[in-house]
Amino acid sequence: MYVGQPIDRIDGRHKVTGAALYAAEFPQPDLVHAVLVQSTVAAGEITGFDQSAAAGMPGVLAIITPDNAPKLNTDKKAQQTVTAPLLQDRSVLYNGQHVAVVVADTFERATAAGATLRVQYRAGEAVTDMHAALSQAYPPKRFRNGERSPDSTRGDPDGAFNGAALKVEATYETPTEHHNPMEPHATIARWDGDRLTVWTATQAISGAQRTLATMFGIDPEQVLVICPFVGGGFGCKGNTWPPATLAAMASRVVGRPVKLVVTRQQMFTSNGYRPATVQRIRLGADADGRLVSVRHDGITQMSQPALGEFAEPVALATEMLYACPNAAITHRLVGVHAGLPTYMRAPGEASGVFAIESAMDELAVAAKLDPIELRLRNYAEADPSNGKPFASKPLRDCYARGADAFGWAKRDPAPRSMRDGRVLIGCGMATTTYPTNRSQAEAKVRLNADGSAIVQTGSQDLGTGTYTVLAQVAADALGLPLHRVRVELGDSRLPPAPGSGGSQTAASVASAVLAASEAARAEAIHLAIADRGAAWGGADPGSFDFRDGIISGPPGRVGLSDVLGRHGVRQIQQSATTSPGDAKKTHSLHSFGAHFAEVRVDPDFGTIRVSRWVGAFDCGKLLNAKTAESQLKGGIVFGIGMALLEETRTDPETGRITNANIAEYLVPVNADVPDIRTIVVDSADPVTTPLGIKGIGELPTVGVAAAIANAVYHATGVRVRRLPIRLEDVLMA
Amino acid sequence: MEWTINGQAVSASLDPRVSLLDLLRDHLGLTGTKKGCNQGACGACTVLVDGERINSCLALAVQYDGRAITTVEGLGSTDALHPLQQAFIEHDGFQCGYCTPGQLCSAIGMAGEIERGVPSAVTADLAAAAIVLNDDELRERMSGNLCRCGAYNGIVEAVRATLAPGKAA
Repeated sequence: MYVGQPIDRIDGRHKVTGAALYAAEFPQPDLVHAVLVQSTVAAGEITGFDQSAAAGMPGVLAIITPDNAPKLNTDKKAQQTVTAPLLQDRSVLYNGQHVAVVVADTFERATAAGATLRVQYRAGEAVTDMHAALSQAYPPKRFRNGERSPDSTRGDPDGAFNGAALKVEATYETPTEHHNPMEPHATIARWDGDRLTVWTATQAISGAQRTLATMFGIDPEQVLVICPFVGGGFGCKGNTWPPATLAAMASRVVGRPVKLVVTRQQMFTSNGYRPATVQRIRLGADADGRLVSVRHDGITQMSQPALGEFAEPVALATEMLYACPNAAITHRLVGVHAGLPTYMRAPGEASGVFAIESAMDELAVAAKLDPIELRLRNYAEADPSNGKPFASKPLRDCYARGADAFGWAKRDPAPRSMRDGRVLIGCGMATTTYPTNRSQAEAKVRLNADGSAIVQTGSQDLGTGTYTVLAQVAADALGLPLHRVRVELGDSRLPPAPGSGGSQTAASVASAVLAASEAARAEAIHLAIADRGAAWGGADPGSFDFRDGIISGPPGRVGLSDVLGRHGVRQIQQSATTSPGDAKKTHSLHSFGAHFAEVRVDPDFGTIRVSRWVGAFDCGKLLNAKTAESQLKGGIVFGIGMALLEETRTDPETGRITNANIAEYLVPVNADVPDIRTIVVDSADPVTTPLGIKGIGELPTVGVAAAIANAVYHATGVRVRRLPIRLEDVLMA
Repeated sequence: MEWTINGQAVSASLDPRVSLLDLLRDHLGLTGTKKGCNQGACGACTVLVDGERINSCLALAVQYDGRAITTVEGLGSTDALHPLQQAFIEHDGFQCGYCTPGQLCSAIGMAGEIERGVPSAVTADLAAAAIVLNDDELRERMSGNLCRCGAYNGIVEAVRATLAPGKAA
């Protein structure tokens, strides 16, 4: 069995030798280079372009502006995608908006000409800080694609709160954050007549194909999207953002293949961000700490509505996390002059669980209870938002095993009670949860006479290990050694698969690969029985084994190559499409876990270091213990950044992002990360997928910021309710 | 201009604005070296010049005329991996792989710095004749190479297993 084992990534050799090709790295004859020119005002209108200097510069092939850009089909009804800014009009909706594309024969010449282009504006009034506009908050128009209301209420939360013995009421704030994958967005676009090929960095080749087809008014079959490797996405490569479309536009204008790589600075205004939030939480509990009222009102930043709508679902976890008869959640948006926000690793939960799990820590203090005991007293046996049973919920195991591994019981619960010399030590914990998602997917398996197999599906590997885990699933089902299975992803000619987001790839695609592999195996056995004629006539296919290319059963054994050879067939080919089914109707589908953090705070300098970490997770059955552990650890590192480092800052005067680079937008570096211990509780989920998979990517990030904030409180006695936690927060208090 | 790249003599006539990174990626087809930020902040473009690690995005190709440059393609091949490349696979010191070539070159350059006794911000005794590559030194010295997937535990394990005292590089 390969499934579950800690197997080295099968694409590892390509990645450590530089042989893996990312979007910008596919050689093209006659390739030219495009650069983006971005607005320097936050609102208003372009009044003109002074191209006199730029147009005459050597090598310049085109300057594309709203005045001469080809018209695109940006009808919003046509697709759920980003339809602006695509140079279709002269309006400016944020600072850093694309206003022109300059194409030249070399990157250096394009960059120089882009810097020389002068844009004239009539600047308008801009709202650049959501905090100045909270009074204008409005409900989302299409929350969760219109599938549910942004608000919900059960029982009488306000009445119950008023009568509660213990009350916590606080506002928690999170800043705008940017994904900053190491690979910037990049696209190479080439037209061959009316057929478009793009090599583009995307979490969804299927989405890119649909979007580009719609934009250019051609059939999806006329668009080929290739993306074998993605240098990280974390959500910002989920939509097909304007730079990919603009690269295709530029290629059409100049009639040559065009490469457009978004600069790191431009990554801050080109492909979404995690929007800033202001979240008010009210918890009411009886004297024993049993919740009687929960309320979570989330306000999140939005762009101007002309760019679309993205509502960060911050309060959804609060709705289902704890047993409480009276609860209310609301979601509101505040429009500012900024780009459109988007999903970023654990959208909603990452921000929202910081708030609710910080508030639960505050309630534990008020109730004089161990934070784990408080959570156990309010443990939800079924989903309190809809009464459905959880498909699986071994969260008690996560609390117990995490606490044991961490040594939770050994800490002195009093704040500011633990020191190592002059350094304050604090311990904090928090719960994590994330929905289990799954979509329809198709896979094709080719079983060759030589005992090798090819697995094909139009998914993509963002670094999560998709290539490897699909090979493991297929190898087991086909009885083949792992190295005899080749996996092909990242090509829109392959069978359709969903975008890689919401931690759904393994659950969706591995299910399809399993089904296609089992179909191929069944056909091999069926062909063998038929091939042997009367000798094996009437044999039960279920009594046969298929391993290493040999079909064997009670009547005897035969090699697949012999069977296929006799029938003049070179391979068995089977496709399968799998769908999530009714699991979501009958069950509440979530992953769970518990984080335990130790921080060391210097009382004189206020510096906060994460010194120990234990995370215990219920993420269903693991396909690969090694890649899963890496994903869990990586998610925790992502959360450490959110807690202590990451914040996109905007100049309120100009609406310009002032730290639009990866030196001043701080992300965790090697020295910020201790040895992390991860524990996975045994929790195959039979409801969600046949393989028992729940999904991993987002779960470990959720709750990290709360665990750290709670540990900082324990170390210092200072409750920090605004991220990132800064040294001045603990020094000034 | 002439360079020795991964042991091969290479010459080209170039726009003086071309960075060493873009020379490698766009003119020589050596795309193993990655462009992450193009401003010296992420380390994805790290290469070795005469054995020392530099950010190739902050270097103009013309500045390195006549120098010997090693990129990830020069460390090993898919058939014959460098021990550090093998260790990165075994310890899963990457996920997306985009920072990996820079991490590898950086770690090899770092080993040379340790050997030469170059101190870091966490070196306790600046006068010590020899520096031991303990985990604090390793984490500090590898902090110029960002990994957004957060594979730092695996990177530390891989480098420790390959380059720490007693290990043959």
